[in-house]
Amino acid sequence: MRALGWILVALALPGQAAHGATVLIHDATVHTVSAAGVLEHADILIRDGRIAELGSAIGAAADATVIDAGGRPVTPGLFGGAGHLGIEEIGLEPTVDDYSLKLGSMRPEFDVTSAFNPESAVLGVARLGGVTFAQLAPSSEADAKGAGGSIISGQGALVRLDGAVTPMHALFVEMGGEANALSGSSRAAQLMLLQQALIEVHSPQLLLANDVRLLTPEGRRVLQGYLGGSGRVVFDVERAADIRQVIAFAQRAHLQAAIRGATEAWRVAAELAAAGLPVLLDPLDDLPQSFDTVGATLENAARLERAGVRIAFSFDDPQPHNIRKLRQAAGIAVAHGLPWEAALAALTRNPAQIFGVADRNGTIERGRLADLVLWSGDPLEVSTLADAVFIQGVQQPMRSRQTELRDRYLPKLRAHEAR
Amino acid sequence: MKKKVVSCVLATVLTGCALQAGKPPPAPGSAVLGAGRGAAPYPSTYVIPQSPPTLIRNATVLTGTGARLDNADVLLAGGKIVAVGSKLTGPAGAAVVDATGRWVTPGVIDIHSHLGVYPVPGVQANADGNEATSPTTANVWAEHSVWPQDPGFRTALAGGITTLQILPGSANLFGGRSVVLKNVPSVTVEGMKFPGAAYGLKMACGENPKRVYGADKKQFPSTRMGNMAGYRAQWVEAQEYLRDQQEYQKKLASGAKDAKPPKRDLRLDTLAGALKGEIIVHMHCYRADEMAAVLDMSQEFGYHVAAFHHAAEAYKIADLLAAHDVCAAMWADWWGFKMEAYDGIPENMAFVDAAPGGCAIIHSDSDEGIQRLNQEVAKAMAYGARAGLPVAPERAIRWLTANPAKSLGLLDRVGTLEPGKMADVVVWSGTPFSVYAFADLVFIDGALRYDRAHPAVAPESDFLLGQPATAGLAP
Repeated sequence: MRALGWILVALALPGQAAHGATVLIHDATVHTVSAAGVLEHADILIRDGRIAELGSAIGAAADATVIDAGGRPVTPGLFGGAGHLGIEEIGLEPTVDDYSLKLGSMRPEFDVTSAFNPESAVLGVARLGGVTFAQLAPSSEADAKGAGGSIISGQGALVRLDGAVTPMHALFVEMGGEANALSGSSRAAQLMLLQQALIEVHSPQLLLANDVRLLTPEGRRVLQGYLGGSGRVVFDVERAADIRQVIAFAQRAHLQAAIRGATEAWRVAAELAAAGLPVLLDPLDDLPQSFDTVGATLENAARLERAGVRIAFSFDDPQPHNIRKLRQAAGIAVAHGLPWEAALAALTRNPAQIFGVADRNGTIERGRLADLVLWSGDPLEVSTLADAVFIQGVQQPMRSRQTELRDRYLPKLRAHEAR
Repeated sequence: MKKKVVSCVLATVLTGCALQAGKPPPAPGSAVLGAGRGAAPYPSTYVIPQSPPTLIRNATVLTGTGARLDNADVLLAGGKIVAVGSKLTGPAGAAVVDATGRWVTPGVIDIHSHLGVYPVPGVQANADGNEATSPTTANVWAEHSVWPQDPGFRTALAGGITTLQILPGSANLFGGRSVVLKNVPSVTVEGMKFPGAAYGLKMACGENPKRVYGADKKQFPSTRMGNMAGYRAQWVEAQEYLRDQQEYQKKLASGAKDAKPPKRDLRLDTLAGALKGEIIVHMHCYRADEMAAVLDMSQEFGYHVAAFHHAAEAYKIADLLAAHDVCAAMWADWWGFKMEAYDGIPENMAFVDAAPGGCAIIHSDSDEGIQRLNQEVAKAMAYGARAGLPVAPERAIRWLTANPAKSLGLLDRVGTLEPGKMADVVVWSGTPFSVYAFADLVFIDGALRYDRAHPAVAPESDFLLGQPATAGLAP
């Protein structure tokens, strides 16, 4: 009962979680991911959940706990991608997997946010890896009989890894060969179905009484909001030709669209830049996993960034358990030509902008939410770990179910070593 | 074409020409079962190409034996490692690699790969990794599914992979035989087979067999106790098969006229080979309690488990695994993707390594992970150090070289940089334990197979030729 009450509080008061103590992070290398760039030997004063002061030699407030960073890097809290955080505790287990709707009809009103479990053990593991915000994303799945979901898989909120849910929502649409089973076995039907949905929203007068309808009244209401530009519509699409179709559709429908997956996006980089469409990509995609991704390359991120496309990182696999690995993927993008600063932006500022929380998250600036990570070294390096994590100003305990397991079995190992 | 192959096999049976010049010797244990090529009826046709001697100079060398040599040289000639030390001189005509600032390690070995059997593109037509029609398919051989044109072989090579074990999938209790490959381009799988490498037997614990058969097909096994009963029934049969074989051999030896060979069975050939220790048992097993039960079973039937793969809970029984001389093949940080992986922790490798006699192996089970096993180890090192279990680079390198070589029964040939071993060597751009590290040069049997500065050294898969979507990319 108590847990339920807490969830309701978190839902009702996004961004209003209890404020932590006043903390001064002293002598850090602060990667602001803002116009201020990198501040060497800088101090950050965290008060009332926000970054109260930022600069050199800020005097410690009397009530402040001081953390000596000793020159270590501080970055904004990292993005964990768009996926199943808190809606998939473990894989392959229907009772704890809430990410897909198999009612067989198009339901843009399906919102996985109400299934979000802020007490999922997965959150703690990701938090220890420096992840402080993530986008909930449903997935559509066809069952063995080809029934199941629709190409509109539904909505999810942007959440913080202290369990808070923001009011910002995005809608997810699955396209391309992977979604053929959801669209009568042809990708050509995907835009056809979306076009019909548009007509149902915008031109109901064209519909006759007996016409087949895709949407429920609530679905029409929800879709209308997105068509009015009130939230991001994310298209999962890989092949260059399909991305072109989505660009054109998004312009026709006046959508605030984004492309996710986007393995061949580098081939249409100029068009994406011209259309102002941001891209969520998996930097590890370098193999032709399907005939939609023959042009896969580790240079996708670097080429898109060079062309002026706003990029953010998100694993193709929506499973949430290892989203802490996303910063390694960012480092790999750097190894393949992406500027280091752009890679950090793709984990911080860019996803905050794409999902509508850039006024609070994604950069280190005075007045922003204090979602920060202090790192043991280069945050994109595999040998680096998070030393301290702050979410909304609250220093997070560096404990998770994994550290509990580690510490239960460590004495047994020590005893054996000593024998 | 088909006819020609058949006649060649017959010729081999009659003349034993598998041992003729140019053919590698059959795998150990070939005298056992069947006739002709014995246990090696699909022999390796891999031929080591001619290459000049190569002197790699002034590198930080991790030998794989536990040593780190700074400013050291490595000399390769005749396909072998000739010397490792300082101020070496190469023979006339030797190619010289200035490795100042770079690191040199043995070639990386992945003992858990499905490249070729689950290739990309992942189309249904090429999904050849699980013979999921019966829980016991010890009769199938992974090499008969390997598609050598899988583009993943090349991207693995760019990650320093020189040897890899291709396994059948884990749907079945007994998935079938594995095959060990050298990561060299070839039109046929025979052209990749590691000469003389023993076969492996893939077995699987836990959720997969009981889901694929019990939950999905409503047949045996549907429980973990069903899994155990399923293995045991097969081992009982294999023991009988082996006894019949031995009795037949005894009769033959005593000159008995009525000696009649027992009926040959491909499934039991493999299982009996495992009982005799000629086929190496690799077992997919996540949970500590299941691994312990399997160790009991291995003693019940008198065989040895070389390695538990995906051993997410190895840290709970690191001492037990060490006591049984069983390696644990692990991921650095994967967990939670199913119930039996829920207790996975990123300190797992460091725990297994810290137990006296422990054998930790990094493995991929992934066409992405196999490209960067060095980085996976770097993560495991970082988590270990934070838990008070620091592992030096010269020791950690064993997790991707010597230890996997040991589990494949190949430590006498690969896995370390010692004179006389196969010259499988990686020159890294710097420390391999970094996200920014590249394999600059990869040698297999002394031949340069990958050169980051000259991508054409490693040919692209046939599949990617002439694909307009790759226009503008370096090969």
